[in-house]
Amino acid sequence: MVSATSHTSSAIKSPVKKSNGGKYPGQEAIKTKGWLRANKWLLLRRLSQMSILSLFIAGPMFGVWIVKGNMSSSLTLGVLPLSDPFVFLQTLFAGHLAEATAISGALIVLVFYFLVGGRVYCSWVCPINIVTDAADWVRRKFKIKSSLTFSRMGRYGLLASTFIIASVTGVLAWELINPVTMIQRELVYGMGVSWLLVVAIFVLDAFISRRAWCGHLCPMGAFYSLIGKYSLIKTNAVNRKSCDDCMDCFAICPEPQVIKPALKGSENSSPVIVSGNCTNCGRCIDVCAKDVFETSHRFVKT
Amino acid sequence: MSPESNKTLQSRRRFLENISRTAGGAVLFSIGLGLYSQQTKSLPADAIRPPGVGDETDFLSACVRCGLCVRDCPYDTLKLSKLGEPIALGTPYFDARDIPCEMCEDIPCVKACPTGALDPELTNIDDARMGLAVLVDQETCIAFQGLRCEVCFNVCPLQNKAISLSRSHNARTGKHALIIPVVHSSDCTGCGKCEHACILEEAAIKVMPVKLAKGESGKHYRLGWEEKQKAGKSLVTPDLEHKYNLPEGSSYDYEGEGLIQSDDSEKNKKTPFNKSALDRLNEGVR
Repeated sequence: MVSATSHTSSAIKSPVKKSNGGKYPGQEAIKTKGWLRANKWLLLRRLSQMSILSLFIAGPMFGVWIVKGNMSSSLTLGVLPLSDPFVFLQTLFAGHLAEATAISGALIVLVFYFLVGGRVYCSWVCPINIVTDAADWVRRKFKIKSSLTFSRMGRYGLLASTFIIASVTGVLAWELINPVTMIQRELVYGMGVSWLLVVAIFVLDAFISRRAWCGHLCPMGAFYSLIGKYSLIKTNAVNRKSCDDCMDCFAICPEPQVIKPALKGSENSSPVIVSGNCTNCGRCIDVCAKDVFETSHRFVKT
Repeated sequence: MSPESNKTLQSRRRFLENISRTAGGAVLFSIGLGLYSQQTKSLPADAIRPPGVGDETDFLSACVRCGLCVRDCPYDTLKLSKLGEPIALGTPYFDARDIPCEMCEDIPCVKACPTGALDPELTNIDDARMGLAVLVDQETCIAFQGLRCEVCFNVCPLQNKAISLSRSHNARTGKHALIIPVVHSSDCTGCGKCEHACILEEAAIKVMPVKLAKGESGKHYRLGWEEKQKAGKSLVTPDLEHKYNLPEGSSYDYEGEGLIQSDDSEKNKKTPFNKSALDRLNEGVR
């Protein structure tokens, strides 16, 4: 339903001392908070993504075997099994009940993301996020406009499809083409031509449709959105009263539709961004010069 | 129509459009991917799956492409297929000519598998059936030229069981033997050491998927001599021993002697005729 909140977008076009209308998000924040604080969460996320990837690569590259396997399934220090619950579910739909190792591994991961937010996987772990963030940066930098937009529902359609095809064909069909697991795997086991898919995703996001892959199409993202629906850790527009409508958070957010209900909701509504689509990436916290946002848990009341 | 209800209508229409577009896209996508997935079920003949893989479709329903089997393979035999290779993306396989399976007794690859795609019930590596070695080319295999080679036989981990040597006549020279390696599917695990070791430029013995390499006789076929042995007796009514209508005193030896005339003199006396034909003639005249 289109609600009253939709009018706020027209309201913010009022000619009040607007910084840059969200065209260069973060400029104001850098001025007031300094570069480091205005990029804190971004840097932490890159650190997290790189560290996790390094743990996987350290084995084959330097013989330091802390983590074996890849993000589909791994073994840490020879004891801790971790399995991707999305890939695991596909095997279930394909008619295979996995061994206890994979089941417990998938459960551990599931519980973890259930607590910290499903799409924390997307923004803090998945290396594709670096590619799509870069594509979005290019898009903003060169003011690329393209009218093609996919439905954000599309990913749920794809998610359902992956399970349906798996159960009909009896094979993990999506894993035959899944660019996310493919690139994660080939980064660890040796890159063939899959870097072409990195290029493809970059081109799609930068020149064809904004945030197309992670925000509209990726069924893995959709899966983790569902997991994160009721997760504990949420971003909170706690200081929404001091919002000056600069639009920077909307411009930087990979899922901008999630901000509006929290930031521009009625007085009595919760300022917590409850949508499972929020990736808890913390960029809104970074780019906000007014410190409107913070990371908190979901039970915060007004 | 009030602007309010108009707006509701519009948003409802947009919602329905959105849903149908998503559903349509999902259907198109499903058909495409579903058809593609059928293609990948056919594994190329030179890609051998690790131990513990039975049916290819079962394997593709279980393997999560994590590569833990690859990591725990001490001989770097296994690798994961990459984008562009004609093997289901990311799944483990090996090329026997390149690095064969060394048939570790503790089967670390199977132990490493978190999903059971490599069957954990495989505990004796001799029971593995990764493929089946086939001596595919008798024209180039030098054993068939009458030369002594037997390299495949010598490297076989199940020597004399999976590969044995069979002697036959060398018709070309007329006086030598051909010593031919023969693979037995009852014991061959498909490890590929024979293919790896074959001395030719292109191996004459190759490991192939069992389905490709093995024939199958009709389910109703029985080998008479085996059934007879199992039953301990003939399963059909035995033939009656043939009886010749021989004159008394004669017998027939089936083992090679042929017709035997008994020397018994008393019986000879009983003969009503003289032995000599001339005597018999003279008797007649008388």
